Order: sequence, then C-alpha cells, then structure tokens
Amino acid sequence: MDEKFTLNVDGRTHTVTADPDTPLLYVLRDDLGLNNPHFGCGLAQCGACTVHLDGRPIPSCITTISAVGQAKITTLAGLGTPEKPHPLQTAYIEEQVPQCGYCITGWLMTAAAFLRDNKKPTDAQIRAALEELKCRCGTHVAILRAVKRAAAMMG
Amino acid sequence: MRHNAQHVAARRLAPSRRNLLKSAGALVVSIGAPMPFDPARAAGDAFVAGAKPPLTPDQLSSYIAVNADGTVLAFYGKIDGGQGLHVAIAQMVAEELDVPFKAVKVVMGDTGTSVNQGGASGATGVQEGGKQLRAAAAEARRVLVELAAERLGVSAERLSVDNGVVHTGTEMAKSVSYAELMGGRYFNVTLAWNGKIGNPLYAPGKAKPKDPKDYKIVGQPIKREDVAPLVFAQRDFCTDVKVPGMVHGRMIRPAIAGAVPATVDEGSIKHIPGARVVWNQGFLGVVADKEWDAIKASRDLKVTWSNAAPPFPEQASLHDHIRKAPVRKREVAEQTGNVDEAFKSAARIIEAEYEWPFQSHASMGPACAVVAIENDQVTLWTGSQKPHFTRDGVAAILGLPPDKVRAIWIPGPGSYGRNDAGDAAMDAALLAKAVGKPVRLQYMRDQGTGWDPKGPASIHRARAAIDAAGKMTAYEFGSKAFPRVDVNSNESKPHDTLAGQLTGVALHSGDGFAVPEDSYGFANKRTYWETVAPLLDRGSPLRTSHLRDPIGPQVHFASESFMDEVAAALKVDPVAFRLQYVTDARDIAVIKAAAEKAGWQPRVSPRQDQSGTKVSGRGFAYVQRHPTRVAMVAEVEVDRSTGKIWVRKCTVAHDCGQIINPDGLRQVIEGGVVQAISRTLWEEVRFNTKNVTSVDWLTYPILNITEAPETIDVVLIDRPEIPPTGAGEPATRPVAAAIVNAVFDATGVRIRRAPLSPDNVKSALS
Repeated sequence: MDEKFTLNVDGRTHTVTADPDTPLLYVLRDDLGLNNPHFGCGLAQCGACTVHLDGRPIPSCITTISAVGQAKITTLAGLGTPEKPHPLQTAYIEEQVPQCGYCITGWLMTAAAFLRDNKKPTDAQIRAALEELKCRCGTHVAILRAVKRAAAMMG
Repeated sequence: MRHNAQHVAARRLAPSRRNLLKSAGALVVSIGAPMPFDPARAAGDAFVAGAKPPLTPDQLSSYIAVNADGTVLAFYGKIDGGQGLHVAIAQMVAEELDVPFKAVKVVMGDTGTSVNQGGASGATGVQEGGKQLRAAAAEARRVLVELAAERLGVSAERLSVDNGVVHTGTEMAKSVSYAELMGGRYFNVTLAWNGKIGNPLYAPGKAKPKDPKDYKIVGQPIKREDVAPLVFAQRDFCTDVKVPGMVHGRMIRPAIAGAVPATVDEGSIKHIPGARVVWNQGFLGVVADKEWDAIKASRDLKVTWSNAAPPFPEQASLHDHIRKAPVRKREVAEQTGNVDEAFKSAARIIEAEYEWPFQSHASMGPACAVVAIENDQVTLWTGSQKPHFTRDGVAAILGLPPDKVRAIWIPGPGSYGRNDAGDAAMDAALLAKAVGKPVRLQYMRDQGTGWDPKGPASIHRARAAIDAAGKMTAYEFGSKAFPRVDVNSNESKPHDTLAGQLTGVALHSGDGFAVPEDSYGFANKRTYWETVAPLLDRGSPLRTSHLRDPIGPQVHFASESFMDEVAAALKVDPVAFRLQYVTDARDIAVIKAAAEKAGWQPRVSPRQDQSGTKVSGRGFAYVQRHPTRVAMVAEVEVDRSTGKIWVRKCTVAHDCGQIINPDGLRQVIEGGVVQAISRTLWEEVRFNTKNVTSVDWLTYPILNITEAPETIDVVLIDRPEIPPTGAGEPATRPVAAAIVNAVFDATGVRIRRAPLSPDNVKSALS
C-alpha cells in the first residue's frame, strides 16, 4: 500500500507517495526527475546509483524509501555546481576522465566522502576506498589522476 | 537537456514552402531553403516536412549547415561512445571551413538529421566518418568562397578565410562572413556519392581538403566540453528519456535457454497497478505505470515453460566441444610459399594451442530504449551505437517503412559493439505496439550480462618450422571457433535480434572469423579459420556478435604469444625476434618506439634471477589493426601463492597516421588498454548446461581499481601525411599477449588459456 514520504534532497523538501518497499533510486529518478543516480545493477555491486545519506555514500538501488527517514539526501547534482564546483568535479574536468560516464556518480560520490574524511591519502588508500566501484570503459587510471588532483586541491 | 514527444509533434507540421533564392549564374544551386530556428533539432524535422534538400548522402546539406549566427552544424551519422570523438570531428570540420573550433557543433546519430554513416563501427569514427565530414566541410568552404567572390566582385583565388569571414587579404578591404553569405540557409549542392551507406559511405565535392602542413586546429589537444555537464549531473542518458503517457517495461527470459512460455497467468500480477502482459510465442514482457511496479510484475508473473533440453555442454568441456564439432565454414586467408613442404623439411617444429572464452559486453548499465508510436509514426530513443540500422530493424519488426521511424541516439550506459542495446530497441518497439502507449524498457542486470550478444569462444593453433640454422621458415596459424556474428553487428534485421528470433522469424546465422594482422615475412605462411555451429540456434544467451575489436584480442593473444614462444625456444630476445621478421617500416617503427620508451634491455625470456613468492616480468606484443599499428610492453608482478597478477606498467606505441587530437587519442588508448587488461585477467562468461550463469558483477568479475596499472605510457607516432585511421580498437589487441608473455618472463610458465584469473594462474603455476 502506498504511503506518503517527505524527502530532503539536495536541500529541497519533496513529498512523494510510494510503496514503502520502493528503492530510493526509482523515487529520485521517476518521481522527482533527478536522473543522475543511475540503475547499474540493482544489487549494490557497482555504485552507479550512489547518493549520500547524511554524507554517507549508500546504494540507492537497494535502499528503500521507508529506510531513509529524516536523513538528508545528496545527489551528484547537490555535490557542486559549475559556479561552485566540488574539487572532484573540477579535477574530473581537468583530467578529462569520462568515457561513457554512466558510472561517474559512484566514483564522485564515494570519493567525495572519502576525501572529506581522509586528508592527503596515499595511492593505496585511494584505491582501497574505491575498490567496490565499477567502470566498464577502463577509465581507472584517469580516475586515480583526478582523485589525486582533487586530494591535492583539498589539502 | 530533456527529451520529450515534441519531435513527434514537430514532424506533423505543414511543409514549409521552398524558398530558393533566385540568384543568377552558376551558383543558383548552392543555396537551399531557409533553416528553421533551433536548427540542431529542427533541421531533421524540417527535412521530414520537406523544406530542405533531401537527407540523402549526395547532398552537402546532409553534413554541413551554417546557422544564422555563422556557427556551423556538422551532421554526423556515427556516434561517440564516450571517447570524445565529436571533438576530433569538430576539429576536422573547423579546420577545413576556417572557422573557430568553438563555432562547430557536431550533431550525432539522429536519423532525422544525419545519413547512415554506419554508427560506431570498427574504429572508423575518424577514418571513415571524419573523412566524409572533412570532405564535406572542404566543399562547403569552396562553395562559400565562390559565393563571396560573386558578392565581392573578385575572383575566388584572391580570397582567404579567417574565422568564418571571407576577405581579400590582410588589408580586409573587402569581406563578407559565412553568416552573411549563407547563415540560416541550407546548402543545395550535390556531392559525388559513391553509392554506399554505412562505414564506406563517401561523398566528396569538388574541393580538395587542406594540405596537412597548413593545419591550425587539427593536431591540437583541444579538451572535451561534455565532461562538465556529466560531472554536474546535467546530461541525460538514453535511460533518462521520459515521454508523456509512458509506461515502464521489463522482459522475462527463461531459466533454461531455448524454453518458451507454455502458460502465463496474467492474474498473478493483477494486484500491481497498470500491470499488463505482452506475450507472443517466445517473447514475454510486462509493462506497468511505475518502474518499480514493472520490476515487481516481471518477478511475480507466474509462467510455466516448455520442456527444453539443456542446450549447452558443461563449461569445462567447451573447448573440447569446439575441437570436436564439425567445421561449418573454413577459409584460408593467406597462403604463401609451400607451407607443407617447409614443415616436412624442418629441423625443428614448434607448436602450441590457445583457448579464449566467451566474453560479455557487460555494459555499465543494462540497455534501455524508449519507443513512442503515434499514428504509425515511430520515435525511438536508443543507446545503440548504430541508430540508423536500429531504425531499419524497428521499422521491419513493426511492419513499417523505415521513413516512418526516427531513431534518436542518446548516450547509453556503455557501448563496445553490438551489445544489448539493439535488442532492447526491438523489444521496446513490440511492447509499445502491443500496449498502445510509449514504453521505456530497461533490462535488469542479469539480462544485461546474461543475455547480451557474446564475443565468441575459440581455440587457436600455431606451428613454426625452424631450419638447421635456427631460422623460422614457415608459419601456420589457424582458429576454430564460434562465428564472429551469429547475429549481425547491427540490428537492422529482426533475425539478428532476440525479439525477432523469439517471435519466429526465419533464422539466418552469420559467419566468419579472422586471422592475425601483422607483417611477419616468413617465406612460407598459411593463416586460416574454421567456424562451428552455435550451441543453440534461436534466442541463445551465447549468440555471438561484435565485442570491441571483434576477434582481435583472441587471435592476437594466440599469435603474439606464439611469437614469444618461438623466440624463447630459439633463445632470442622477443623484440629482436620480431624485428628479424617484420617487414613493414611503420611496424618496425612502433616496435622500436615501444621498446625504447620502456627501456627494453635485450635478453632471452624467462628471467632466471628470481625466487620467492612475488616475481616480476616483462612482455612484448605487436599488432596491426590495419592500417593502424600498435606495439606494447607490459610489466607485471605475479604472486605465485595467490595467482594474482598486477599489470604494473604498460608502454604503448601507437601509429594511426595523422593525429587529430593527441590528448583525446591518449585517453582513448588508455581506456582501451585498461579494458583489455580486464578482459585478459578476469573476463569469462560462465554457464552450465541450462543457461549462462554470469549474471552480475560477482559472477562476471571485471578489473577493479586496486588492479589498475600504476602507469600507462603512450608514445604517439604522428604521420600527418597519412590519412588518419582507427584508434578505438587497435590498442585493445596486443594487451593479452603482452601480459601473458610477461607472466612467462616472470615465472617460466606459459599460460595458453584466457582469462588469467587467480584460480587459472595458480593451477597453471602448480
């Protein structure tokens, strides 16, 4: 049975009606029109659907809307803007990371939380922090360059 | 960018009246009708409405248009799969037209605005697609300069062009801009079309493109403008298209491949709002108003299936199956000298056999398509990399002429050949027709990996005849494999798609394979291939088709491993061995460039100076992907106790003729190499007798970032005088052999079966 939920997404409040078992991913994409979290696997194996819940990266494909509670949701659109970019966004542009770009959300959202909590990380720490993410186009080496560039920007 | 049904509506507008300029003289044919506002989108609509010269390959307006503000549209019948190809195309067009790079916008892969240049195919984006856009842009400049000559009353020879302004020289005494000459109007100029569509389409004008020594924009490392929208979540994918009234679809596949639904209990999903079943023979899907409901309906629907016999052998016996299976087709590709005689008189014969598994595209997300049908007018939004062919396929399966279908390519979740996108488009079309509403279909992960077309599994046999002096006098290389295209590399025919095969169309399995591409000048040489029949002929999750650099990785894994084996057996340095036999000057140059950049010191493999658990080694491989050449050095570390391999460093020398954008090219090569490392170390489609069991990232593991190389050094050899050739696929080709050769150098053990997963390596080392 559908229920009413109030969500705080990227600083805005939304009310939606949905089956409590609906994964947050579909609510963000289909009800709120926030297309950035992507469906990659629906199994929390790839990262394409990553959003932050109170700053913590989570897979929105297996997180039900009823489990969100009062937590603040941040999508990639809320991480930074062209006017006020997150250092990772700047670094991605500088390093020209993309191939297809479908996986970008997972890398940026996961790395943003990691760099916030880990200043001056080593190469091995960065790799370990991002181990669970998938990129099918083989941009891993460019991603490492970008994350290191962002880490340097963040001091 | 948001996509909606406006395109469908726009095409129903009344045709605009042609408004040809009544100018005097020979130039009357140069100018066509005015372009509507927002030409990037509307140009195609205007075509449909008949306001523009026909969208045919022999019209200049099919490739180039000048907007009212002097900016330029380049209509490109291919697509960019994420490598920034459109930047290179814009550079080529801007160069020929003498307009600033930023003045050019490349509009890709929309059948309403571009002709069929083959889509993404065979790494021909620049080689063929760029060649045509370059020729068209050169012709556009010629026409514009002639128009200016008439307008200014001076001869065309006295005119120059800078930044889209035609002028009489440095004093700029007389000048006129492209915008003033042509802005907002279509060219009405006929080109000398070669009559072909797809990759070989070529339609030059009278103009000759520039001499490369005059290039100002081609060759520059211009950055992509499309990275920022991606990282700021401002660019949509095919998965993000929403159409008013749209419902969500999901497909249902059998547990035993080849089974078809026997009974379907529609009542079992009655509780789900808007849920409906679409069932036609083997085709079974559901739709619902909400996406999550469609997923639930696909899971809850009660289906019983026909009693299909499990169609596959046990995976462990796959390569035995290939060995024993009857040959369906055999082709000798190259035969030089007297091979059989050379082997008879050989002092020594070296031979080896190699095995390659089925591999999946396993795109980052499973494929998606949106289809809207309105009064027999169909709009398809697809991530397929060959949208013009997808249009033809959708038209065919719906029983409509192709001009009733418009396919709009929007980047999908990854694309490396004929993946599941082509099937999704056809499935979505059948769902939309059945339910009478626009349908957005996305596959689930298990379908994206389990049911996409696969790169074929194969075995490869190589033999070398060595004479008493240690010279290699004969070489024989043959493959026996599943065909490269059980379903064709595009989806223009229903028999090449799951939707077609599951609704009973007559089958037509394609065939063919490939042989190594190199310039080894052995006096006696034979290369051949043999194919075997598919394991399941209809609706198979192991049907084969093109996966990045089709057949290249497997064939060159074997051929370049074998050259290394011969070099080691003869106790010759692997680079020196290749240089002894390679005959082509460009091949020799890439081999030397890679070796030099990597600091290659001649010695015989394997290393003899290591003991302990962790050992390291280096390996070499060289290939042609005609006419591009690549040579590669891989430096690896092997953990003997875990079987784990780390490709620490790659050095790649790459010659694809003229370089359009060196930074873009580097990124393309880097991505190709990393993906190929993944395919070499990890990728193998698993299956049991009933079905494919690689259905997610746990059962189809790929490289993760902890295994990414520390360094990929790329040496670009620029040859401005040689037409540019492919880059998206060639660097994929030498990777497997370079790694395997490095593992041999490190361990002394020759591994002849991919992938080099920890389990496989451990068992090979024990």
